[in-house]
Order: sequence, then structure tokens, then C-alpha cells
Amino acid sequence: MLPTESKKALSFKRYIEDGDLVIVYERHDVMKPVKVSKDAVLQNRFGVYKHSDWIGKPLGTKVFSNKGKFVYLLAPTPELWTLVLSHRTQILYIADISFVVMYLEVVPGCVVLESGTGSGSLSTSLARAVAPTGHVYSFDFHEQRAVSAREDFEKTGISSLVTVEVRDIQGEGFPEKLSGLADSVFLDLPQPWLAVPSAAKMLKQDGVLCSFSPCIEQVQRTCEVLRSDFIGKFSEIRTFEVLLRTYEVKEVKMDTSSMVGESHEEDNEGMRPCKRKHRSNEDVTVSQDNSSNATSVVMARPCSEARAVLAGYIAWRTVNSTPALFSDESLPAEAKDKQGLDYKRKMDDGLWTFVDMASGRYLWRNLKEMRENSQ
Amino acid sequence: MELDKDQTVMSEDKKPQDPNPRFACEGCSVLLDVNDGDRLVFARLSGGAILKIGNKNYSLKPLIGAPFGSLFQVETGEDGSFLSRIFPIKQENNSNNVMDDSRDNREIVDNNEAQNLTGEEIEAMRREGAKGDEIIEALIANSKTFDKKFQLSQEKYKLKKQKKYAPKLLLRRPFARSICEAYFKKYPARIGFLRVDALSLLLTMANVTAYSDVLVVDMVGGLVTGAVAERLGGTGYVCNTYKGSAPYPVEMVRMFNFSDKVLERIVQSSINELSSANTASPEGNNQQEGVCNAENNINATATSDIMVEEISATTEAGVVDIVVPESKVIKAAKAGAKASKETIEMWRENGFSSLIIAAQDQDPWSVAKDVLPLLSYSAPFVIYHQYLQPLATCMHKLQQGKMAINLQITEPWLREYQVLPSRSHPHMQMSSFGGYVLSGIRISTT
Repeated sequence: MLPTESKKALSFKRYIEDGDLVIVYERHDVMKPVKVSKDAVLQNRFGVYKHSDWIGKPLGTKVFSNKGKFVYLLAPTPELWTLVLSHRTQILYIADISFVVMYLEVVPGCVVLESGTGSGSLSTSLARAVAPTGHVYSFDFHEQRAVSAREDFEKTGISSLVTVEVRDIQGEGFPEKLSGLADSVFLDLPQPWLAVPSAAKMLKQDGVLCSFSPCIEQVQRTCEVLRSDFIGKFSEIRTFEVLLRTYEVKEVKMDTSSMVGESHEEDNEGMRPCKRKHRSNEDVTVSQDNSSNATSVVMARPCSEARAVLAGYIAWRTVNSTPALFSDESLPAEAKDKQGLDYKRKMDDGLWTFVDMASGRYLWRNLKEMRENSQ
Repeated sequence: MELDKDQTVMSEDKKPQDPNPRFACEGCSVLLDVNDGDRLVFARLSGGAILKIGNKNYSLKPLIGAPFGSLFQVETGEDGSFLSRIFPIKQENNSNNVMDDSRDNREIVDNNEAQNLTGEEIEAMRREGAKGDEIIEALIANSKTFDKKFQLSQEKYKLKKQKKYAPKLLLRRPFARSICEAYFKKYPARIGFLRVDALSLLLTMANVTAYSDVLVVDMVGGLVTGAVAERLGGTGYVCNTYKGSAPYPVEMVRMFNFSDKVLERIVQSSINELSSANTASPEGNNQQEGVCNAENNINATATSDIMVEEISATTEAGVVDIVVPESKVIKAAKAGAKASKETIEMWRENGFSSLIIAAQDQDPWSVAKDVLPLLSYSAPFVIYHQYLQPLATCMHKLQQGKMAINLQITEPWLREYQVLPSRSHPHMQMSSFGGYVLSGIRISTT
């Protein structure tokens, strides 16, 4: 998914080969990751697609099923991956991911620590940001999740950029060997304040910490720890809520005839498109469709499906100067810190019923699939 | 093994060429934050650089060599006022019992007689070298009303006086984030009201990563170009394309502390050059190449001159409040050389790996229809605009022309919170406007 050398960049990757990971795009809300294998087939409601037909075709082109229906084959990106990965946990979506990566000030070559790994949605974007020479160390206390995450990173080809370890960061902290090496630390934990002391130790001077929590109480408690115990190490603590509102675009026929009848002849400014054209005034715009007094207009409105509640809070801190440089303390960490935020979602029969606006669409999509799978 | 490598890098951190420098070295670009965001100044550090705070000039020399994130305060010594680095001290945290404070402001009358100290007396204290904190203590001691105030009002009072008598200056790294925030605060129109969360979306949706060839139409002063270059880290290319014959200015790129390696990857080329068929004669190629090389040389020279030239220039910069985008004031290495013939050939052959359009006052569709064909198939693109309607029209046309899939218009939304014990709430002021973003993936029409 991520180029580790220039020849692997998308612009050079022109044709699909056996063994490639592609995203099969049916509709904006129906996508699937598929590993191309010359003997395999893809089957969906539109028929059967032979992988062997795909090999040698450029990415971004249509491929047809035995019934003549088509899907598009796309190059995987962290954004597409976020939409198709299997959800082992609640995941971060594009609005949060973009914002977090920006505020963590991650650039190529950075070392970033993350806990928990979860489904690896953010890890993938972090890996993209640190590539080609940086590294992401991701920790999760859940053995099976860590294993699945590793498999996923193998599949998406980013395993050289991400190391997943099983570790309870709240309980044990980050491993000592990473002390003072991290440019940024990201926490998505139920009790992030417990991990703050260790995170501070990991950070380089002027590093940034971000914690993402669903509840304002978590944010509050984390902020208190950042301010009190770590004064001088953490500064510039800020908290944000981010949302993304989606718009739908439609071409709508609008009746543009005047409310007032044709009898009002005195009003001849030509503002009303339905008005009879004045021979003397060629600039007057007339409607496309005089007979019905209707004009086609392309318009946008917020998607109604965003019935969600909230996105998240991010609090971060940049660092002030580092007193540790001059003190006997062995903590070289001066940190900036962000911290976090949340999604507020309720579970109902094992399905999400409340989602944030940023991600509503996809979450609902996944719901549907989960239902289908379970049947 | 990774770790060892990293440690070596760390020890060399002071070099300006480090991709992620941790220390403010002479000649580098810094962002100065006065009084917690009240004032933001970009400056290039040099021994002679001066910043005016209040009615006094301060040399920026003490900042050289300090780690980013350092905090400074003004002090008065025998040779006048100067900036001195301070280390935050542990403060007594007594704000937990806020709710138990029974005092309130009912007895405070706004008659301007609360303060016994006169302006002259304060000035005299300053002349005698009193520290800002001492002046504030004196002010509090001489205030008739301070003790009667509600606890939170007392804190506010102290903060207000601190800003006036003991201004603090925070030394920050200029990153895409801080640069965007600073401009958005002071000159939002210059960056097309591109808020930091919108900028972060553009970078994410355009899949900007190492070794990408990112095509940009940057009419927001170079903010997008710089942010992309930051993510490329000296690999791939960011190519700023333009209509007509004059490239769009990208002067904000100078605010970033880019190494030459990164700057080399920022190039420009007109839409015509990028899209015209490959018909140039061999001689033509050579000529153009010659021009390219010449320009590169000029750029190289410009780079090496800066350190010397900067002294007088930055003196001016310090005086100018806030962001200083004038090219003569801050001169860093010049970015935006003309893309070489070979590179353009490569792009014609392979296509760009993604596209970002942030073109103020341009109709998105008119731009998109010309530049979209320059992308590889399956390449993501993203268009930012202040207004929704032109994006809606553009999206509709892309749909009709079956040029792209996964089309979506989104509006980023950002609210900052104050989080304090018993006092958490959204900030009073939020920017309700973050613009609109149209994203999609280019596909083959065949």
C-alpha cells in the first residue's frame, strides 16, 4: 500500500499483477479488499469475475463479470482500507485521523508510539506519515487483536513500518527501550491518564502527545494529570472536537415561474425567467424549458444519514522547554501533548446504534454487512 | 536496530539539515508565540534579529541554540531589557476547590480607583530592574479590590497583568500545523480561509506519502505546497501547476525549515507544459534543460546567501507585528524551480499519484477538467473551495463525465474546548467556517 521506494509509488504501479492487493469498488458504500490470485474468482450479486482477467490491466479501470456487469479495481490507500478493514474494535475515521496526524506533527522519519492498536485504522495512516524511514510502535493488551493487526499489516504491505506488541500500556507503561526516542505518542485508552507518565518518558523534547477519548470526563482527568504532575514537561494543552459533515449533490428541477401571473405586465425587468422574452433586451436569461417553467439546478445539501452524535475531543500539548535537560532527572522528555477524544456510541444487540457524523455512513454500511454475515 | 539508528540521528539534531530539528539554530525559521497566542511572529533567527514587545525591542539572540518549545520572559538588566529563558515551576494547584469559594464580584465597582500604584511608580520599579512577577505582586498588594474578587476573577486579573508586565514568549517549530494556524488567525484571506483541519483532510485524502508525485494547484500562498513537501520528506515531488505563464507564488514555503533536499522536490510547471503532447524537438529539450539548470543554480546561490543577508532583514521582521510574508523580509532557500524535462516526461508517462486543488477565485470545474487527466488511474484527488456551490457543480460534471468515483463533498468542523476542573466548556469563539472539500478517485473512462 505504501511505497518504500520510488519505483513502488502509485504513479509507477500501472498494471495489476498476481498477488496484488486491490480494492474492488462496487459503489461508494460497497467495497472489498481482494488479493489477486490468478486462479481465483470474485463472486458478487452481479456475477462472477475471474482474477485472471484483471492481471495486466491498469488500476482504476472497469472489469466485467460473466454477466457483463462491472466493478472498478482500485489501488489500496489508508482511506480505502479504513472503509474495508474488519472491525475488531471501534476505529478512528478520516476526520480524526487527519487531525491527529497533523497535530502530532508526524513527518517522514519520525518514531511514533501508539496504544491501543485496535483494528489498525490509525496505525495505517501513521505508517504512511512516517514512511519511508520512520517507524510506528503499536501496543495492544489484546493478544488476538495484535495477531490480527499484524496479519493485516502484512497484507497491506506495511509490516516493515509498524511493529505490534502485546502490552498493557496503562498497567506497564511503554517499554523502557523506547525511552526518549518518540517524536509523538498517541493514546486511545480507557484511562489514558495512567499512561501519561510513561508517555512523557518516551517523548523527545518538544514531542507531542495526543490522547483520544470518548468522554469529556476522561479528557478532563487526563488534562489534570498533564497539568499537575507533569508541569514543565507538558505545555500548551488543547482540546478539540472534530466533525465532518457530508453533502449530497443532486440535480433538481425547480419551477421558476412567477407566483404572480402573466397579467402583471408592468414588471418587465427580466428577472423572472418565465417571462416572455423582450425583443429589445437580449441579455435576459430565459429558462431552459419555457413550456414547463422548470430549470435544472445542481444543488447540495447535508446528507440526512448523518444522524450521529459526536466526534471527538483531542487535547494536545506542545512542549515548553524542557527542564529535564538541565536537571538531574533522567527524563529527557519534554512533551507536547494532545489528548483526547471520543466517539459516543451505544451498543444495541451488538450493533452500533449511535455513530458520529464523521463516519456515520461507513459505520452503517458495516452494520449491514455484519447483519448479513450473521445470517 | 531501528532504535540505534535513531539515536545516532538524535545526536546530530542541531544540524539545520535534520528533517526534524529540535533546536533553533542560527538562520532557521521560527514561530514566536507571545503571551499564549496573543501574537504570532515568524522570524528568521540571527544575532541581529530584534522583536518588539510592548514598547521595547528585544534581541532574539538568546533563542539561538534553545530547544523548540522553550519559554522566555523579559528581564531588565544593566544593559536594558532582554529575553531570558525560564523553566516552568510547579504551581500550587488550588483550583480544585473552586466551587467552595463564596466570594463573588458584587462589591467590585468599576471606578478606576482600585489601584494605588501609579504609572510612574511602576515605571520606576522597572528601571530598578524589578522582574515582571514582582511588579505583578506589587500591583496585587496595592489593589483595593483584589482580595474581594471571586477566585477565578483573581486568576484572570493575574493573567491580564502578566501579559502586560511579564510577557512570555514561546519558541515554536514552524510546522504546517502552526503555520496554518498562525495565518488562519491573522490573515485567513491569504490562505483562502483554509483551516488547519481542512488542510489535514487535503493531505490525507490525497494520500500524500513518501515517493508520491503530488500535483497541486496552490493559490493559497504556498501553504498547501509546503504542507505536502513536509509529508514527502525529500522524496517524490510536489509540482505546483498554473494557468498562463506565471507560477503562483509559494512564498510561505520559506516559513518551513526545509532542508535543500526537501526544497529540491518542490517544482513548478504550467498546465500547458504538463499536458501538451510530447512533440518538442531534441534541441528544444536541451534548451529547456539548460534553463532548468541555470535556475537551479540561482536557487542554490540564494540558499547559501541567506545566513549572511538575514541580519538586517530580520530586524525589520521583528518590528512588524505578526506574520511577515514579504519576501524581502524573510529570505530562505528558494523553492519552486522549474520541473525538469525528464521529470515532466516521467509524469506524462506515469501520471501523478494524486492531486490537490486549493484555488481561490477559480471555478473548480474549469481547473479540474484540465488537470484531472494528468493523474494516474486510481489516483485520489481533492479540491478545496470556500464555497459549496461551485464544488457541487464540479462534482455533478465529474459524475456525468464518468471521470471519477467515490465522489464526496465534506465540510470539516472544529471546536476547541477549555478543559479545566469544573470549568470545561467549548471556547467562546470558534471558526464556523472551514470551507468545503470535494474528494474522489480518478478512473479510466474506457
